[in-house]
Amino acid sequence: MCLAIPGQVIELFPDQPNIAVIDVVGVRRKVDLGLLQDNLPLKGDWVLIHVGFAMSKISEQDALDQMRTLRALGEAEAAMQEIQGYGLENTENPEAS
Amino acid sequence: MKFVDEFREPEVITRTSAEIRRLADPSRHYRIMEVCGGHTHAIYRFGLKDLLPSNIELIHGPGCPVCVLPMGRIDDGLAIAQNPEVIFTAFGDMMRVPGTLGSPLEHKARGMDVRIVYSPADALKLAEKNPDRHVMFFAIGFETTAPSTALTLLRAKAQGVHNFSVFCNHVTIIPAIRAILDSPDMRIDAFIGPGHVSTVIGCRPYEWIAKNENKPLAVSGFEPLDILQSIVMVLRQLKADEARIENQYKRVVPWEGNRAALRAMAEVFELRPYFEWRGLGFISQSALRLRESYAEWDAERRFEIPGVRVTDPKAAQCGEVLKGVLKPHQCKLFGNECTPEHPIGALMVSSEGSCAAYFNYEHRKTAMVTSISSGA
Repeated sequence: MCLAIPGQVIELFPDQPNIAVIDVVGVRRKVDLGLLQDNLPLKGDWVLIHVGFAMSKISEQDALDQMRTLRALGEAEAAMQEIQGYGLENTENPEAS
Repeated sequence: MKFVDEFREPEVITRTSAEIRRLADPSRHYRIMEVCGGHTHAIYRFGLKDLLPSNIELIHGPGCPVCVLPMGRIDDGLAIAQNPEVIFTAFGDMMRVPGTLGSPLEHKARGMDVRIVYSPADALKLAEKNPDRHVMFFAIGFETTAPSTALTLLRAKAQGVHNFSVFCNHVTIIPAIRAILDSPDMRIDAFIGPGHVSTVIGCRPYEWIAKNENKPLAVSGFEPLDILQSIVMVLRQLKADEARIENQYKRVVPWEGNRAALRAMAEVFELRPYFEWRGLGFISQSALRLRESYAEWDAERRFEIPGVRVTDPKAAQCGEVLKGVLKPHQCKLFGNECTPEHPIGALMVSSEGSCAAYFNYEHRKTAMVTSISSGA
């Protein structure tokens, strides 16, 4: 649970500065940017995501490295399940964890 | 054993491992604690012990939030969910953690409305979608997760969502480290500091460990090379008889932490006078609760909870394992009554728990070698 998931900011909303659409290996979900409000990411930036909130801005290389670490740890599938579950997409199926 | 060439940059790994052997004084025994459960998982998964000399012992620390939560708190959360109006929400990690009368998932099988969420923000969203129900979020986690709960509560207040509450079990890492250092049966030479907790709190809160306790600490990333480099950092300090806080994970962890996250936490949470940790007992000022100004969203204030202290099953030695006094396989129940499929103690539930990590990587490996060598 303490492992963060890397994603790229692909859409921002001028009327909702605290929300971004991020892409994690092709899966797109909205995440909350509130924890980065002092230094908001721009479109194209990479962030580390934890429980639906972007926590830190990172470089593209670090994002690739982090994804590889998740794979090596056997956590990539759980991470993708988490991303897919954001926005209540998957909540009716608790056994899925 | 993991072959070194399976790692990225195998030459650097080999060089770093050799550097560790060069730095470690053969006449000494080193006990280095990795505080974070994510590191424990990585150490077992990558077989890093095989890259260290035998006189470096890695002690697994208390940094798995599911593991340190006492059973009474799970019972309390489930007691709230007995109310038919309530939807119980929690992260997937919590779902198989046993309470006295079973895990949240077992309660669901008996008809309780239990749902997994992947974000506290989604629990709030569920409340907005179900105005005739009450959504309670069972919050766990260290400072990595607490800011997200805090922001969710700020949003609930701002949006005027009143059918939502948080059952807060957030804990803080520094008092747990202090409790371990104060414990008479523990002798730790140095620490590997948590990676993602430190993105929030930064490195400053660890400084007392170096200044007052004279122990080195290196905040570390999660790759094999990160962990090995952190071990090099603390060994160099020990060799030079120094104690400093070093940041191996600079690419992600700013020295000052994340101020926006710390502000959100300060706005919503205050320290509890004390909180019980499984295995470590009551630790003063080690956990968070909602401030009076958020009383309306505090499940503990809104609902009656039994608040009964539940002791762990006598035979389970989770406490000793959590403190690093026993290795996972030295517990009487390990691998027999208690397995990841049928966990008795919480350390066997989470993949970050040292028992589950040990079972999945060490125990299964040994069992396989035994069955191959016996021709089975």
